[in-house]
Amino acid sequence: MIRAEGLTKRYGSTLAVDHLDFEIQPGVVTGFLGPNGAGKTTTMRMILGLDAPTAGTVTVNGRSYVDIPFPLHEVGALLEAKALHPSRSAYNHLLSLAQSNRISRQRVDVVIDMVGLADVAGRPVGKYSLGMGQRLGIAAALLGDPPILMFDEPVNGLDPEGILWIRNLLKSLALEGRTIFLSSHLMSEMAQTADELLVVGRGRLIAADSVANVVGSGQGTVRVETPHLDELAAILRARGATVTYVDNALEVHGLDARTVGDAAFENRIVVHELVRQRESLEDAYFRLTDASVDFHAAALPELAGDRR
Amino acid sequence: MTAVIVNEPRSAAGPETARGTYRAAVASEWTKLRSVRSTVWSLVVTIAITVGLGALLCAAVVARWDRLDPIERLRFDATGRSLAGIFLAQLAIGVLGVLVIGSEYTTGSIRTTFAATPRRKTVVAAKATVLAAVAFVVGAIGCFAAFGIGQVILQGKHVGVSLGDTNVLRAVFGGAIYLTAVALIGFSLATIIRRTPGAIAALFAIVLVLPILSNALPSPWDNNVAKLLPATAGESLFSTRAAPDILTATHAVIVLAVWVVATFAVALISVSRRDS
Ligand SMILES: Nc1ncnc2c1ncn2[C@@H]1O[C@H](COP(=O)(O)OP(=O)(O)O)[C@@H](O)[C@H]1O
Ligand SMILES: [Mg+2]
Repeated sequence: MIRAEGLTKRYGSTLAVDHLDFEIQPGVVTGFLGPNGAGKTTTMRMILGLDAPTAGTVTVNGRSYVDIPFPLHEVGALLEAKALHPSRSAYNHLLSLAQSNRISRQRVDVVIDMVGLADVAGRPVGKYSLGMGQRLGIAAALLGDPPILMFDEPVNGLDPEGILWIRNLLKSLALEGRTIFLSSHLMSEMAQTADELLVVGRGRLIAADSVANVVGSGQGTVRVETPHLDELAAILRARGATVTYVDNALEVHGLDARTVGDAAFENRIVVHELVRQRESLEDAYFRLTDASVDFHAAALPELAGDRR
Repeated sequence: MTAVIVNEPRSAAGPETARGTYRAAVASEWTKLRSVRSTVWSLVVTIAITVGLGALLCAAVVARWDRLDPIERLRFDATGRSLAGIFLAQLAIGVLGVLVIGSEYTTGSIRTTFAATPRRKTVVAAKATVLAAVAFVVGAIGCFAAFGIGQVILQGKHVGVSLGDTNVLRAVFGGAIYLTAVALIGFSLATIIRRTPGAIAALFAIVLVLPILSNALPSPWDNNVAKLLPATAGESLFSTRAAPDILTATHAVIVLAVWVVATFAVALISVSRRDS
């Protein structure tokens, strides 16, 4: 399990990570979601002991990462896939990593096969495509057969085939019971793979909950079609809803479908259609991150409060 | 596979573990060093320059021998002359020292390395160990070959010496020691500066520019400062004649050791204090 307490990182005047508290539960896929610059990479670097926190702590299975003598057995990470010496072969790259953590040569061959690089493992990695580099990075993460895997934007820049491959791999790794911590700035990616979400914006935690709850947390809207638009709109506004006209229907924020229907009935207004519009994961994400980006939403503290 | 066994924390990090991570890191660094072409090249170039330039300089002396005055002949150091290729070869081995860690900072792979071995001082020590061993072996091969070939050429005027002569063996090993020291100083500079070009510039400034600058100082400052420089120490080590303005072999080794240890100490402090 990975646990952060008050985790903070400041680079000069930039507060990259701002008092993050979270726990990444074992055996589930946790999506780490936030717009570019939200502090995801910085957080992962601190988990791996690459950057020292300005304040707070982060532990892996109860201890600081830097106190683990051979950490590849506990955490496999993919941060920058192309951070490799271009003239070294994939095999030698993986072998050197394996040796540093007392992992056998056989295991090197196994992970090379696993990611489908067997035919090119002897070639210098400088000649690899982005997708091949990504596979090599994943092979490196899998070397120590770790129960925890951490991937930073693993599908960034990949072609559809590569994206599909990574998705399937993540699913099979999750099925094996591994803890997966996966960052992305794309909600759609998370919808495909994650069970739990940590949403960050400007270094702060905005939400930490299951995907279902994050989506459910938005009230969504109710669409109601009636020949008496103005009349119904006035009634609903009187009950505290925000109402907008969409085509020849009303879109109602702030009241649920039952209340809208009851209000119409009580006022003898004919309703032709009454639809509950659920918020999509994308909408939820934008709602959450917009608040952190613009600070226009007075609801920010409220949102954070709701979520805990 | 159905379940993953969550690893129990390994035994608390004691001296046993420390030795284990160091050994593992040495194996890893050896694989890294031997698996890039630039390493092989800098080693080949180091030997080629030591031998080739040494032979050329010996041949030049042989060609001029009859025109040299008696004092010049008396002062002639057959060993030092055959090893003079070191002045240039030190740059090749120094660049290798820089690249051993500089290339990891340039490519960003240093983060992969530190994520695999979070004890950064252990990583730096392992890299230095592998580098020193390789530099010494290659330096020794280069120096012995340069000495042998040089003496064959000098024998044309019957001024060659043999390994059994006074101070000769010490000078040949001294050449290898000096090359090793330059490689290590380059390595430490790259660890501190974290940029390959900057570290190469700093190393060249120390081994090439400082001796020239110290020469420009008024006497006796020129000699006093020169005595503290690694290049002067190296020159004293791989020649057999101790001229008055040159250090004794013991002093030379001490000067080199201080440079190596001091830069390495700063490198260790720097690597553990900064984000990577
Ligand atoms: N090494 C660094 N030095 C200075 N600023 C940095 C550094 N790394 C990240 N930052 C800044 O910290 C913030 C968070 O960056 P990052 O963690 O990379 O975000 P994300 O991965 O979510 O896109 C950004 O404003 C970024 O510019
Ligand atoms: Mg990032």
